[in-house]
Amino acid sequence: MHGTPLDVAHMLAGGMVLVSFMLLYQDRMFALLNVFALHAVVLSASVAWQAHIQNAPHLYVPAAIALVLKGIIIPVALHRVVIRLGIHRTIETVGGIGLTMLLGMGLVALSMVVMLRAAATADPLAREDLAFALSVLLLGLLMMVTRRNAVSQIVGFMSLENGLILAATGARGMPLVVEISVAFSVLVAFIVIGVFLFRIRERFDSVELQALDEFRGERR
Amino acid sequence: MIPQLADLPLDPLHALLVIPAGAAVLLALLPGYWLAARINFLAALATLVAALLLLTERPAPSGYLFVDDLNVVFIVLSTFVGFTTAVFSATYIGHELEIGRLTPRHLRFYHAMYQTLMFAMNLGLVANNIGLMWVAIELATLTTVLMVGIYRTHEALEAAWKYFILGSVGIALALFGTILVYMAARPVIGEGNDAMVWTALMEKAAGFSPDLLNVAFVFLMLGYGTKVGLAPLHAWLPDAHAEGPTPISAVLSGLLLNVALYALLRFKMLLATNPAAIAPGPLMVTMGLVSLIFAGFMLYRRRDIKRMFAYSSIEHMGLITFAFGMGGALANFAGLLHMTMHSLTKSAIFFAVGHIAQVKGTQKLVEIRGLTSSHPVLGWGLVLGVVAIAGLPPLGIFMSEFLIVSSTFAREPLLAIPLVFGLLVAFGALMLRVSEVAFGEPVGSLAPVEASYVPLYAHLALVAAAGIYLPGPLVAWFQSVARLLG
Repeated sequence: MHGTPLDVAHMLAGGMVLVSFMLLYQDRMFALLNVFALHAVVLSASVAWQAHIQNAPHLYVPAAIALVLKGIIIPVALHRVVIRLGIHRTIETVGGIGLTMLLGMGLVALSMVVMLRAAATADPLAREDLAFALSVLLLGLLMMVTRRNAVSQIVGFMSLENGLILAATGARGMPLVVEISVAFSVLVAFIVIGVFLFRIRERFDSVELQALDEFRGERR
Repeated sequence: MIPQLADLPLDPLHALLVIPAGAAVLLALLPGYWLAARINFLAALATLVAALLLLTERPAPSGYLFVDDLNVVFIVLSTFVGFTTAVFSATYIGHELEIGRLTPRHLRFYHAMYQTLMFAMNLGLVANNIGLMWVAIELATLTTVLMVGIYRTHEALEAAWKYFILGSVGIALALFGTILVYMAARPVIGEGNDAMVWTALMEKAAGFSPDLLNVAFVFLMLGYGTKVGLAPLHAWLPDAHAEGPTPISAVLSGLLLNVALYALLRFKMLLATNPAAIAPGPLMVTMGLVSLIFAGFMLYRRRDIKRMFAYSSIEHMGLITFAFGMGGALANFAGLLHMTMHSLTKSAIFFAVGHIAQVKGTQKLVEIRGLTSSHPVLGWGLVLGVVAIAGLPPLGIFMSEFLIVSSTFAREPLLAIPLVFGLLVAFGALMLRVSEVAFGEPVGSLAPVEASYVPLYAHLALVAAAGIYLPGPLVAWFQSVARLLG
């Protein structure tokens, strides 16, 4: 596959990596949620494009789920959670933004080197899609490590899942079961998280994970 | 082939999935502790019977489910411990209700989740599809997260949150590895479902791109390794074991870790059939050894009894991973035996610890003293369990540890040194703690305990019997599985 279809697929997948970088340096909760919504929208466009060029109409389902659930419903819900918890000021980040960005670049370089070499025999579309997907995944992981706040960790985890969906849809002909299950697991994960946040709110009046660390059994 | 089996409405393979799933729905709807505990017990018993029937009748593999010599070991072990834990759970949860730690609403949720967990683990074990297996292990993770947080205390919520975050990251990495395996299989097998079916993958793996398989295995090792509790990805494990209800600690240690290990073993076998791919053994040996030695040292600093045995689980999972990483007929045999013995012993220990924590009203080691004089049956049960888990003869774990150490000495003497060192460190810690807990002046409540001793002593009897005499058919069976593992 060459020409425009490939270029557009690249642009969209590369766009996700870019938005992942934007997620890394957001230091306000609302901005973070807005950027995450953008992440989901780009994912949705990317998956829809894959559905178009692979002639795989079933892929429109994950695209729609990404758009509606992760682009609209979850950000709106988290918006409310943030307001209710009164944490809409700043996010504390561990380490400086500069260092985090440098680490992020290193991770992207790593995933390019690893995936482009490992998948050398695969077709260019799938290969580069995988490389971008791994970048998004690792950046999501980095975000989860650098943030202390429960809501931003959730956002980090969901951006990581977005990377997985990008990878799954890039793998041509991957059975539908898995795609739906991925989308479904996001839903389940969100329900779980929602329950958790609710309970954490109920018990602690804080979602700072550092406060939770106080209760480690070893320090009793 | 037994003729009556054909008359059953369900074949055993599907029964293994339908019974727990049906029971979960039923238990979610039913109020009342007495009835729920009994249905939980009956469902677990029926699942065990279905698993035992699989030993004789083996259905042909379909695109989604299959049974072979390897997974039937795991299935029988898993359903057996699931059954005995259901027996233990009935007494344990009854007490939690009495003291008001759990409300009837939580109880309904607890029983439904218990059966959902059994369903998810059975599905993970019989799945003939790498995608389906992933979904099942994800489901098992989510149900245990909910169970760990069920007490809603600070500690329980922190443990559940930590488990959820680390477990999800692990499971996400495993999915990426699964996608990569599909990518490797697609050029050879073709698009669609076939490229995710174990039986098809195993046949054709020799033609897969080795580079993709290598990268995939790294992700699978990290992902499923998190669920096995291998250091340095183990951080969730002690918290999850310590803060959830004790039956869940028993099931986590005895079963869920094994299911994740099973997934890892399958992928190891897949890589072994491709001559150009890396050997997964050294990776597993390294992580296993690190977990063993790390957990051995961590055992000394524990102040919470359940947390201590959780670290002991990390130690033993490390040892089992080490044995399977070494590979070869003898080490694989020892690994299988050790896994079985560890599941039985560790869940027995948690049965004892659960009742002890209930009667003493605490899990702190300093507040539990002199158990053998205050609660002799329970105290000696714990002592026996710890003696078994520490690897003293003549119990079953001594035999499997002896086999692992001796086969390592024969093949890689240098690796045997850190192995024995780690085992001795852990042994010292366990002996030190158990002598404090079991002997001396009793501390704390002396109230009589309402315990179900049957599961505890049944497990210990099996472990003791295995240490003295292993029946021939069992040995032959494990040997054939060990050969299968390569």
